[in-house]
Amino acid sequence: MGWHRWRVAGASAVALLMIAGCGGAGNDVPAAKKPLKVVGQFEFHSLDPSTAGGVFTRLQVAETLVDADVRGAPKPGLAETWAASADGLSWTFTLRPGALFHDGTAVTADVAAAVLNSAQGKAGTPLATVPLKAISADGSSVRVDLTEPFAPLPAVLAHTSTQILAPSSYGPDHAVTQVVGSGPYKVAHIQQPADIELAAFEGWRGEKPAISEVTYQAVGRAESRALMAESGQSDVTFGMDPTSLQKIKQSRNLDIVDVTLPRTILLKANAGHEILGDVQVRRAISLALDRESMATALLRDPEMAATQLFPPSLPDWHQASATPLEHDQTAAKDLLAAAGWLPGSDGILERGGKKFTVSLRTFPDRPELPILATAIQAKLKELGIALEVKVGNSSEIPAGHQDGSLELALFSRNYALVPDALVTLAGDFAPEGGDYGPMGWNDPALTSALHVLASGNDAGQAAESRRKVTEILQTQLPVIPVAWYRQSAVVNTRVEGLVLDPLERSWRLSDLTWKK
Amino acid sequence: MTLSTAKPAAEFRALTRAAVPPAVATAARVLGRRVAQAAGVVLLVSTACFAIVQSLPGDIAFRIAAGRYGYDQVTAASANIVRAELGLDRSVWIQLVDWLSGLASFDLGNSLVTGASVAGELGLHISSSLQLAAAALVLALSVGTTVGALAAARPGGLLDRLTTVWVSAARALPPFLLGLVLILLFSVHLGMLPAAGHGEANNIVLPAATLAVGLSGLFARVTRDAVAQIRQSDYVRFAATKGLGGWLVFLRHVCRNTGVTLIAYVGVQVLVLIEGVVVVESLFAWPGLGHALVHAIFWRDIPMIQAAALALALMVVAMNTIVDLATAAVDPRPRHKEAVL
Repeated sequence: MGWHRWRVAGASAVALLMIAGCGGAGNDVPAAKKPLKVVGQFEFHSLDPSTAGGVFTRLQVAETLVDADVRGAPKPGLAETWAASADGLSWTFTLRPGALFHDGTAVTADVAAAVLNSAQGKAGTPLATVPLKAISADGSSVRVDLTEPFAPLPAVLAHTSTQILAPSSYGPDHAVTQVVGSGPYKVAHIQQPADIELAAFEGWRGEKPAISEVTYQAVGRAESRALMAESGQSDVTFGMDPTSLQKIKQSRNLDIVDVTLPRTILLKANAGHEILGDVQVRRAISLALDRESMATALLRDPEMAATQLFPPSLPDWHQASATPLEHDQTAAKDLLAAAGWLPGSDGILERGGKKFTVSLRTFPDRPELPILATAIQAKLKELGIALEVKVGNSSEIPAGHQDGSLELALFSRNYALVPDALVTLAGDFAPEGGDYGPMGWNDPALTSALHVLASGNDAGQAAESRRKVTEILQTQLPVIPVAWYRQSAVVNTRVEGLVLDPLERSWRLSDLTWKK
Repeated sequence: MTLSTAKPAAEFRALTRAAVPPAVATAARVLGRRVAQAAGVVLLVSTACFAIVQSLPGDIAFRIAAGRYGYDQVTAASANIVRAELGLDRSVWIQLVDWLSGLASFDLGNSLVTGASVAGELGLHISSSLQLAAAALVLALSVGTTVGALAAARPGGLLDRLTTVWVSAARALPPFLLGLVLILLFSVHLGMLPAAGHGEANNIVLPAATLAVGLSGLFARVTRDAVAQIRQSDYVRFAATKGLGGWLVFLRHVCRNTGVTLIAYVGVQVLVLIEGVVVVESLFAWPGLGHALVHAIFWRDIPMIQAAALALALMVVAMNTIVDLATAAVDPRPRHKEAVL
């Protein structure tokens, strides 16, 4: 009898646990009553705009003076209009009248100027690289004085690190303690580093968002995000990996929205190196890369095979007429032979008794990089090049550039860190090279073309200057393009209206609606 | 005069010593030993963490700058600013002494990446991890001991054999794989539970279950063996012979003696649990210590790594202390023996 009661008690406990565990999953609640659930890979370990990674502009909580359209062209943000003086040394950004912060205070030029002055003092922000003289308030305008002309200034003021927050966002030591922005959504609750609850801002000057409540959750693992999308737990899921997308394509309840990003995976070659300094060798390495096969097999997307440095998502810079980079193993061998590299007894190329042995550094932050490095290693081995792949961390690339020890590096580069790619390119392709640009290589014609573009005095020759830049890079190959990037988001069919921003500045959640 | 005051004091001390119950004396001895152990662990883990981080490849300043700004925006200039700001160009010995002296004054310092207080950041992570570990332990103990006790009712019976299969299967499945299986079953196919994340009450069910499955099998096996052995013991047979009812025999003799074995075993398994927490938190996006530690290592955030590792190590010491105290409370034999001696 005792054992019988014990069994009943045990069974009841298990049943209770099951009921407690399974209750309230929430999937049976009508969709329209729920907040929109957004899941992404971006955690926010700080609220400061310089280090928060742009999550608050993506969520449309904070705004910048200048916005950007999907082509990267500047468009009005908090500033309604802007103009440069004739000498290009003074810019005036006139604020949109009536803009309010989420605490009800007005967005004024004084506040904006103070925020920008603070942003320009932070390391690692694009504003810190601008030749600034002063930022000040001038009535309802923000005035920016420069020491030399800098045409892409509006694009820099569209970077997420320059988002304008209300004075109430700052604590006594000027640290950001809360995010009080001026966008269509305001922060209702925040739990660092992964959770944000948003509510529509009643004082928003534009069209009211159709979905008034949004939750954002950062989830680090791509597999977990995919499973959250598959289970219906998330409505919009960003940062999908190619393998998960193959499975999700078969789901009837999920749609995939994608856009090509202005980001390129590339090989950086040390042109000051005794082997890699020869342009014929760099061309041979480029010819050896079977980009289409790598993109198909490893990225699951053959269209991502890079035929030039700039992807089609950088329409001003992508040159449809450029001769595409191709795979031609025979031509590669011929080029190497012409450069004096001939197979040795062990199959490794030799010249003057020296073996063709180089190292390649890469890192696993983007999981496709090590596997692409392995594929490159295999293709170069067919040519007789012994490539040693070193998978370390991202810091080894700029550090190796600085101490001159880098030979080859594989990484991905975002050319739209600010909406105008010129700002990133001017840094990467400066005459002395860049940590994520050429090494031991410069071309006066390319430097001149970039300088003319940055000064704004191109006399209508901007398109020609950009064409020239692509042509030089395509023939000299100081960096060797490998693949482009596509960003994908998974959207549950109960949601409509998602259009991805190739610049990743905003997720445009205010445009979304529940399916009727 | 001197003698007259010394004598009562000595008598008082003797009386006080005699007045301390053996249970309290045992507890005090356990606590004293564990506090000394904790101090040693703090020194050892801190120094080891510091040495390991210093030996990892890559420039720490570049990694921290990448954590702050994203690797796309890391340049030698921004890394140099970080290096100067954080004093990473000082000798490693000075940096280590700085950390240890801060620790001596209970100051864990600030995160090198976020600048926030490590103690503040760690608070949330510790409470999340403890919540998860406690839920897993309760679940594992509930299921494991129930199944084990039922299996012991008929050694060699169907339930006993099924328990053996359960133990093998549960231990063979790595937590990461088991977690994925549970998500696929309960979230994707059945739609009953959230796949990952936290903030809602039912978010804890799957990560806790993932950890609990492996532990429950072991608890079932240990419970089964202990119950079966104790049921055959002389004192249980004597209790039955003297007329004590089956239920009372089970509660007073079987349960209590099984508890002694099980409590000691729980202490051992906490190590497995903590190891599993690190993996499971990553899969379920649970913002616990494991999650914090992985990110801190990735960014070379030395104070955060040291503090998170310390917290994990001290959790082990704390759990062992609790196990010692619980064992002493359940099993009076050692303290009675000491009292007699």
